[in-house]
Amino acid sequence: MRTPRFLFAPMRTFFALMVAAALAITGLLAPPASAQDVPTPPNENWSFDGIFGTPDLAAAQRGFQVYSEVCSTCHAIHQMHFRDLTGLGFNDAQVKAIASTFTVPQGLDDSGQPKEGPGMPANQFRSPFPNEKAARAAMNGAYPPDLSLIINAREGGANYVYGILTGYADAPTGFTMQDAMNYNRYFPGHQIAMPQPLQDGKVTYTDGTPNTVDQMARDVATFLYWTSNPETTERKQMGIRVILFLVLLTGVTYAVKRKIWSDVH
Amino acid sequence: MAGLHKSDIPNPVLNWIDSRLPIITMMQKEYGVFPTPRNFNYFWNFGALAMVTLIILILTGIFLAMSYQPNTTLAFDSVQHIMRDVNYGWLIRYVHQNGASMFFIVTYIHIFRGMYYGSYKAPRELLWILGVVILLLMMATAFMGYVLPWGQMSYWGATVITNLFSAFPGVGKYIVTLLWGGFSVDQPTLNRFYSLHYLLPFVLVGVVFLHVAALHIVGSNNPLGIEPRGPQDTLPFHPYYTAKDSVGVCVFLIVWAAFVFFAPNMLGDPNNFVEANPLQTPADIVPEWYFLPYYAVLRSVPNKLLGVLMMFGSLLVLLVLPWLDTSRVRSARFRPTYRWLILVWVLSFVVLGICGAHKPEGIWVILSRIAALYYFAHFLVIMPILGKLERPLPLPESITQAVTGRPLESH
Amino acid sequence: MTVPVTLTGEYEGNMAESPATTAHGHPAGGSHGQPADGTKRDLLELIAGAGAAIFVGGIGWALVASMNPAADVLAVSAVEIDLAPIAVGSGITVMWQGKPIFIRHRTDKEITEARDVKLDELRDPQTDQSRVKPGRDQWIVLIGICTHLGCIPLGNKPTDMRGDWDGWFCPCHGSQYDTSGRIRKGPAPLDLALPPYAFESDTKIKIG
Repeated sequence: MRTPRFLFAPMRTFFALMVAAALAITGLLAPPASAQDVPTPPNENWSFDGIFGTPDLAAAQRGFQVYSEVCSTCHAIHQMHFRDLTGLGFNDAQVKAIASTFTVPQGLDDSGQPKEGPGMPANQFRSPFPNEKAARAAMNGAYPPDLSLIINAREGGANYVYGILTGYADAPTGFTMQDAMNYNRYFPGHQIAMPQPLQDGKVTYTDGTPNTVDQMARDVATFLYWTSNPETTERKQMGIRVILFLVLLTGVTYAVKRKIWSDVH
Repeated sequence: MAGLHKSDIPNPVLNWIDSRLPIITMMQKEYGVFPTPRNFNYFWNFGALAMVTLIILILTGIFLAMSYQPNTTLAFDSVQHIMRDVNYGWLIRYVHQNGASMFFIVTYIHIFRGMYYGSYKAPRELLWILGVVILLLMMATAFMGYVLPWGQMSYWGATVITNLFSAFPGVGKYIVTLLWGGFSVDQPTLNRFYSLHYLLPFVLVGVVFLHVAALHIVGSNNPLGIEPRGPQDTLPFHPYYTAKDSVGVCVFLIVWAAFVFFAPNMLGDPNNFVEANPLQTPADIVPEWYFLPYYAVLRSVPNKLLGVLMMFGSLLVLLVLPWLDTSRVRSARFRPTYRWLILVWVLSFVVLGICGAHKPEGIWVILSRIAALYYFAHFLVIMPILGKLERPLPLPESITQAVTGRPLESH
Repeated sequence: MTVPVTLTGEYEGNMAESPATTAHGHPAGGSHGQPADGTKRDLLELIAGAGAAIFVGGIGWALVASMNPAADVLAVSAVEIDLAPIAVGSGITVMWQGKPIFIRHRTDKEITEARDVKLDELRDPQTDQSRVKPGRDQWIVLIGICTHLGCIPLGNKPTDMRGDWDGWFCPCHGSQYDTSGRIRKGPAPLDLALPPYAFESDTKIKIG
């Protein structure tokens, strides 16, 4: 089809406009800075970044250790079950062994009383508090959020969690702190109820990885990325195959279209 | 008139069916030999793309509904159950979730194409109006669907949007109570939104059918905006446009898949990964991107009732577009001034969208007011006046002449 | 308004004959008239059609597969049961995969009854030995669903009616099972089914 040249000008303008708009929107849709000081989280490199990136399972396993030994005192991951740990690279026997080290609620006993026992793979992770009210009562009014989806639920994702865990510092002079609050460089408003959870040497890694705050924060952020997005590896692998397939299909379909239209042009 | 339809299908089984229910003849007439202008550009793909999207959304939705629980205590976790436990649940949900955005992208481009090439002008007014009805139904469906995961944005979005109706004096609060089925967004609200979110897509299919039926009565517009003069100006829909649409569908599926597999939550809001909490509003309430322009119109007006009316008005004005445009020619290609002003209108829509994502402070208030002003002025002032003043470029004699550059062959 | 599958031309034969097409100023139905070109086009259409079919099939596969048991359903498909509290002569009913499982601690008399019967008298001949684990003759573990139409037979509680063979009695249509869970009388065609299970210790079994 020979199209007179003038016809193209507005179309080209339109596409230019759309591209510009798309760029503008992706740039500007970022959440607006609110009145409260919202610090930008640090920008770290993560194993799961990018099209081919998948969570580093060794790091995630160490992160699981950090979660179990430190975070789980106050924070639940109630979307997770022990059986899900196979996704971290544990085999069935390991999962069973891990599960049995936890005591979890197991329905009712024969007399109708709530029963507890060693965990089985099908069980959910135990929440540290029976409900939000109990948590607030025990935690001085603060509610430690469930961490199952925390990476997706916070702007900045893993960077945010890493920032919080490594962002404890002394409050700058002149900064007024409220009672029982802790200064954190990356927490919105800089006053966080959670005391610094990680100190160097807090957990002992079995694989010889240095147990610095930085390393532990990185590992637990990787673990929590996995709890938020356990399907990542499968999703990205399938995505690459699907898109390659569709690109080929587009090529063939376009060739068909060209052939069909060859006598019209 | 009774009697069998005379079918020319050679296959005896198909012929038997077709004689009694001439559905094959109909398909051949409407999608086989249907004479279609030969000069469509790729903008004419977007109707087909919207159709494909609607089908995929309905299919994935049906399977999601098999695992979803419309109960305030279970809804959030049941979505995570789909994401984590159901076979391919994450895939089906991400296709559905991003499908809503895809539906709006293709529909907005489809609408733009109609506006640019004057597809709403006589005799296609009803076709256009049915299209606007589809847009409204889509919006209602998308809004209610967004409430179902019962995250913080679901809950507070539902609260804010339903509260819009409280702006109407007198009856407002009764309407809101009726919508909620209570005195706040709660179990009855979630349950009825689920019911309607399942129902409306099928209503949508019905209106799409009418939209397509109307299209096949008046025929398609084309980039030149002039009617085909005869068979030399048209091509049978199949194989020409089935092939061309297929190319568009493939490219579109690549875009959709890129979101699903590599950025599934890019268009979403982190707050919706937090379960709904009626006691705590998130810091920044923003609707999904496809509602941002209307949201900006709402907030650009300091008066509550007026803002709500303007917001609804920004959509309803589309219904009378065929009568606001006074130009003799359809296609913006032949309207040297309008051609640029329609792009300014698109710009005003995009600017409104960007303003909608920001807190209404400082420059964003001013920008959104300017953009909203142009948005309405374009329809209500510029289009009626410009149509009379503007001198259109000479129209080509026929589609074939414009396409081939040859004068019309004599028959 | 067409999904890609319709590309492969079922209607093309009709297309070429249709008056609307031949009225055009160019060859009917595109390049149908040119054989060399036509073959290549047919091949391309075939590939495109096959690709589209694979894609649609893939989507369909995922959708249908989502109806299969989800990970949580599969996970609870194994249950561990402590047998210690079950006294000789009594039984318990536990849930496995949404089904009742009968576990009965049989008396010596019940075991003897089950073994004394001649196999050719049975409708669905199976030895009692094949229905219990070796060395665990006192424990019979059955899926408690009547093989007639799916009711749950009575007989697991000592006070229940147990039928003429001291086993189980289905109240729906009167099927009677013996102490090995084999059908002896009534409309049911088969013996009560056995769930997959194993002894983890002397007093613990795992079903599933």
